[in-house]
Amino acid sequence: MAHAVETGVKHEDHESIKIAGFWIFLVQDVLLFATLFATYVVLRNHYAGGPTPKELFDVPGFVAETFILLTSSFTSGLAALQLNKKSVGGLITWLVITGVLGLAFLGFEINEFTNMVQEGATISTSAFLSAFFTLVGTHGAHVTLGLGWMLGLIIQLARRGITPVTSRKVSVLSLYWHFLDAVWIFIFTVVYLIGVM
Amino acid sequence: MQTQHFFIVGDPLILGADISIILVSAAIIFVLTYFKKWGWLWREWLTTVDHKKIGIMYFISALLMLFRGGVDALLMRLQLMFPNMNLLESEHYNEIFTTHGTIMILFMAMPLIFAMFNIAVPLQIGARDVAYPFLNAVSFWLFFFGALLLNLSFVIGGSPNASWWGYPPLSELTFNPGPGENFYILSIQISGIGSIATGINFLITILKMRAPGMRLMDMPLFTWSVLSSCIVIIAAFPVLTVALFLLFMDRFAGAHFFTMTHGGDPMMYVNLFWMWGHPEVYIVVLPAFGIFSEVVSVFSKKVIFGYTSMVVSLLLISVYAYFTWVHHFFTMGAGADVNTFFSISTMLIAIPTGVKVFNWLLTMYRGRIRMTEPMLWTLGFIVCFVVGGATGVMLSVAPADYQYHNSYFVVAHFHNVLIGGTVFGMFAGMTYWWPKIFGFKLNPTLGKWAFWLWNIGFYVCFMPQYALGFMGMTRRIYTYPDDMGWTPYNVVSTIGAFIMALGFVFQVWQIVYSAKRMDRDVTGDPWDGHTLEWSTTSPAPYYNFAVIPKVEGRDAFWKEKKKRSQPDYKPEKRELKPIHFPKNSGIPFIMGVCFFIAGFGLTFHWVWLGVIGLIGVAATLYARSFQYDTEYVIPVEEIKKTEAALGRDI
Ligand code: HEM
Ligand SMILES: [Cu+2]
Repeated sequence: MAHAVETGVKHEDHESIKIAGFWIFLVQDVLLFATLFATYVVLRNHYAGGPTPKELFDVPGFVAETFILLTSSFTSGLAALQLNKKSVGGLITWLVITGVLGLAFLGFEINEFTNMVQEGATISTSAFLSAFFTLVGTHGAHVTLGLGWMLGLIIQLARRGITPVTSRKVSVLSLYWHFLDAVWIFIFTVVYLIGVM
Repeated sequence: MQTQHFFIVGDPLILGADISIILVSAAIIFVLTYFKKWGWLWREWLTTVDHKKIGIMYFISALLMLFRGGVDALLMRLQLMFPNMNLLESEHYNEIFTTHGTIMILFMAMPLIFAMFNIAVPLQIGARDVAYPFLNAVSFWLFFFGALLLNLSFVIGGSPNASWWGYPPLSELTFNPGPGENFYILSIQISGIGSIATGINFLITILKMRAPGMRLMDMPLFTWSVLSSCIVIIAAFPVLTVALFLLFMDRFAGAHFFTMTHGGDPMMYVNLFWMWGHPEVYIVVLPAFGIFSEVVSVFSKKVIFGYTSMVVSLLLISVYAYFTWVHHFFTMGAGADVNTFFSISTMLIAIPTGVKVFNWLLTMYRGRIRMTEPMLWTLGFIVCFVVGGATGVMLSVAPADYQYHNSYFVVAHFHNVLIGGTVFGMFAGMTYWWPKIFGFKLNPTLGKWAFWLWNIGFYVCFMPQYALGFMGMTRRIYTYPDDMGWTPYNVVSTIGAFIMALGFVFQVWQIVYSAKRMDRDVTGDPWDGHTLEWSTTSPAPYYNFAVIPKVEGRDAFWKEKKKRSQPDYKPEKRELKPIHFPKNSGIPFIMGVCFFIAGFGLTFHWVWLGVIGLIGVAATLYARSFQYDTEYVIPVEEIKKTEAALGRDI
């Protein structure tokens, strides 16, 4: 799209400015998670007589969860490749696959949470569990948000195809998705692995 | 929640407030309807994405909040004027110091600095708007509805009463079962999202939207100060968000982050709160530093002394700001090593601040000083801030702080830096940029009255409080017996508070008077300014600059003016082009309403209402995401017409 109009910034820069802002947004989100991690680390052995991670965490469950989310990160990368090839069909397909994997991840997480609550390990049981549910739950909430966003974007892609605006949106979303993956790796290590070790 | 707890009616003061709120709202609705202004309000203000208008809305809201916080302050000072006073009971006193502190920091100081960001930054860097005009409007409405939520607590449900810190366990459900603390948490949370967005918005605006030719080291110092303030916002506000979120989880979901039982750790909240809280004071004072730098240089007719050291010290302060938080609770007993570290880091931060003070003084040295109102506020600031800085260094000595902690010495100190720094700074900015925003100057005589009343009132009010601190008067007490020897100091202090209030009255008078009587500023450059905002008309057209200026070096407009005064100056041919411009949008306002509904519902544990509000938020986000047609083109003809109407020929 060629624009002979002046905006103070060149029009092509518009989309790149939006991506830059999103990076800064991620910086603040990193700090948000960092703070949650810090509280988790402080409280991680405040069991208050309640269950410990060893008793609670189900190794095959969280390994599967991790595997699913990592795969979804990979498929969102494949979606970005389709974007470069300008193939709307391929892009939408890979986004749908990514979304389904994200849903599966959420399913595992919800299942894990309900099992724990049924065993009597609730957010009110101990400071450790408060920190656990809040940290992991905040990540889950981010994933949920990402899924809603992905749905909206798929509709837009189907309607409008690949334009500078939609491709910027896809890039931003896949940034976000990779970011959630990176956060999960920290959760996997700090919460689950160290927890069961 | 029972209805008799819902509306607060028992207290005559609150009943009075109820009635006045109803009367004022009715009056506003009447005026708007009578003069058929609803459409105008919606089109010109509620849906605007113009940074200048958003700046004005921030400004008006901040002044209203200053008024509200000021009334709180006067009530407290009246209650403390004499021993055993009965104006406020203890519970009411607690609520009032809590809302005073919360409002002054989060709903007065923050919007006031955001007003200045919006009013000045895009113009100073030669941009047509901020990087994300829509997001800018969202930020404003989140602030606005957050502030509304907090102010509502006063008449509905009851105000928070656990101080502006909201320390647990006092703020936990066990000790604070009413909705007050929920109001506190949710209102700050909602406006906090807006603040983070503003931080991101202005950071990117400054980094990406500068006029061609303006390098980072050519930027006006106010823009630099906004840049560093934004960095601090982005780095500090997420910590507050988490701290309040965890407190909310404790209160709402029965978690045990900060409770006394089940392994909770209240001191963790204290640490988190101040990891944000200390940087926060720099967030609100750095822009003031920037304003002083502009004002000192313009009214001394000199370039600023030590530009580079000014920039370096701004950035140093924004980094150091993270390494001092423990000085707010040396008495936690973290041990000698920890306290020593934070003692020294706190003292160190005085160094870059001192550098700035010397640079301002050296800029004035042998300058041709014009004693205008902005300059007066700057001088008032320098004196006040030096006193506040010195007492700050006294507080930073950990062993001595065991004596000062939680005494009136602290109250005097932080008002010294907050009023002397932020408030005087924003008053300097207000009087400096007023002609640019509204197109007329403020009456200087009334302004000088306001200045002197504020300054004298300030010292009369707060100097005795240093003494009271030494005499053992603790902060946040609602009354005291008459044999303490505190009475004379408290009487004087209260008189000082009323002198400042009179200063505020003069400012309102000044604004009203000047709007009617003062001449319009037709030059666009009433102060003989140095920076780009003075190169456009006053007020600036909605697109700011018909042609984006080209910048060579610092003080771009000053250089340009010098060039123009050369005999061989030939004006460059300026070619107009159509401008791409963002369309107004009602979504930010509606999103604010939805956040408000959600916040209100969650405050009263009405989950259904909270969910409705949050669904509304999601719906507005979706609606925006599906909007593609968000810009329009201003044709050259219209630019020509607008410029001609403003008296500029192209
Ligand atoms: C205009 C004149 C002002 C007066 C007369 C005044 C007076 C007071 C008084 C009497 C208290 C309560 C002290 C106590 O009981 O411990 C207080 C607390 C406080 N004030 Fe002000 N104030 C003024 C302006 C400001 C401004 C402009 C700010 C911030 C920008 C501010 C921020 C605070 C804070 C943060 C607290 C602590 C609240 C708490 O203890 O939780 N004040 N002020
Ligand atoms: Cu501090």
